[in-house]
Amino acid sequence: MNFLHVFSKEMTEQWRTYRLLIVAAVMVVFGLASPLLAKLTPDLLKSIPGLPPGLADAIPVPTITDAVIQYVKNMSQFGILLALLVSMGSVAQEKERGTAAMMLTHPVSRLNFLLSKFFALALTFLLSLGIAALGCWYYTLLLFKAMPWDSFLALNGLMLVVFLVYVAVSILCSTIVRSQGAAAGLAFGALVVIAGVGSLPRIGEYFPGQLFNWGTTLMLGNPAAAWPAFWVSIGVIVVALLGAWQILNRQEL
Amino acid sequence: MIQIENLTKQYGAVRAIDNLTMTVEPGSIFGFLGPNGAGKTTTLRILTGLAKPTSGSAQIAGVNLSADARNLTRHIGFLPEEPVFYTWMTPSEFLDYIGRLHGLSVSDRTARVKELLQLVNLTEAGKRRIGGFSRGMRQRLGLAAALVHRPEVLLLDEPVSALDPAGRKDVLELIEQLSGQCTILMSTHILADVERVCNMVGIITRGRLIVQSPREELLNRYVQPVFELDSDDLPSMQRWVELIKKETWIASVNINGTTTRIVVNDLTQARKDLLASAVSQRIVPRRYEEMRPSLEDVFLQLVEKESV
Repeated sequence: MNFLHVFSKEMTEQWRTYRLLIVAAVMVVFGLASPLLAKLTPDLLKSIPGLPPGLADAIPVPTITDAVIQYVKNMSQFGILLALLVSMGSVAQEKERGTAAMMLTHPVSRLNFLLSKFFALALTFLLSLGIAALGCWYYTLLLFKAMPWDSFLALNGLMLVVFLVYVAVSILCSTIVRSQGAAAGLAFGALVVIAGVGSLPRIGEYFPGQLFNWGTTLMLGNPAAAWPAFWVSIGVIVVALLGAWQILNRQEL
Repeated sequence: MIQIENLTKQYGAVRAIDNLTMTVEPGSIFGFLGPNGAGKTTTLRILTGLAKPTSGSAQIAGVNLSADARNLTRHIGFLPEEPVFYTWMTPSEFLDYIGRLHGLSVSDRTARVKELLQLVNLTEAGKRRIGGFSRGMRQRLGLAAALVHRPEVLLLDEPVSALDPAGRKDVLELIEQLSGQCTILMSTHILADVERVCNMVGIITRGRLIVQSPREELLNRYVQPVFELDSDDLPSMQRWVELIKKETWIASVNINGTTTRIVVNDLTQARKDLLASAVSQRIVPRRYEEMRPSLEDVFLQLVEKESV
């Protein structure tokens, strides 16, 4: 029962400290900008003075595929960055300030303390991504044509899973260390490792980044399912949260 | 109400608490006295479940710390030395949140928040953000937060040490008002505060409890007669101090500014000879007084003896 109280407090905090608003605003901007950029880029290129003759004609007419690719590219970069930035201080900041110690002398278990943070961030990203996706879908409809809503929903669901991997890993990093600075360093280190190893052939098929490719191919009509990467991502989320719980349980505050 | 047995806490080579055994009776206001670094905060952190003991055990309100640490939080209220809050909340919201965590009903929470804000004199600031609160206001809010669920035991860590005189007075008055409502264990190094509000005293130094007793009994048992002499003639005072230090009926002598404090072993002898010896050194006293015994004397005497 106390989970709901702590979760509700976390959500209020997301709102009052403008984190929810910032995440939503950034995502919506990129959600709207993606189809717009896809549509306008060829025109922008054509308007460059001194373009060699014939090149302007060679620039292809933008399609819905360009809009999708642009959307996935923007979200994969800025969504992950946002996930890291808003999550990396979640536990370390409370330990540093002393609010964690203050709250844990009341009936709040350390598991609920962590889970409420994870689910509040998950809801923040779900809402933000949801609004951004709606915006992107509507702009794409205006500028190109309607996207298949079921594939687009799946694409966003897969992107959300990737963001949650980074949220969970950042919470783990934030639990391991005591200061926000150290948590930031550790979280960015984790990002580099996950992105670096994930770009290697064969091994990369098991890494969360593969879910972006799966989502893109779904949208393009030739789905290349990446179930191993999906289950590994879910596993990473669970293991990161369990690890954070075990570490927090052993820590003295 | 609180029973601590052979509690030890080791941090690497440092033994912060060393076989601490202590009992706090129900309804008492227990002053947990000790110099900085004596182990007071560590003891309280263990009692609240924020730190784990290396060995030993403790029980609060019948709940064993190691067996049921989670359930313990329902029985205790804790005020840390520097209470911190979610600065985006208002005091009303924070107290209501604590009430929800303790399972209070909506009506009980509403009434309790109002009652506590009145008690700690924060009613007018009830809708302001905590982020803009002064240290004294945060301390009072911390006390209110510790009381929301009407705990059986209140653990206060240096509740007034960083406050200005007015803030100290307010918080001490609040603690006095709680007498009889719950058992209070209050750590401090400010002896005057213990003398004012506590009826039981435990003195800890280097992680060990060196004495535990009702306050008056402690004063009667340990206190030695003290005299104070004020004079502006410092050179003569220093000469005189060197002279009287050799007397067997003198326990200790300290000069602090223009005041010389003399602790004596033999009150009759001191009454007869002390002032005479000062006058014989041509000291003109501005004040000469046989002091009321204080807890500070007991504290210094016991802690110094332990340090030797």
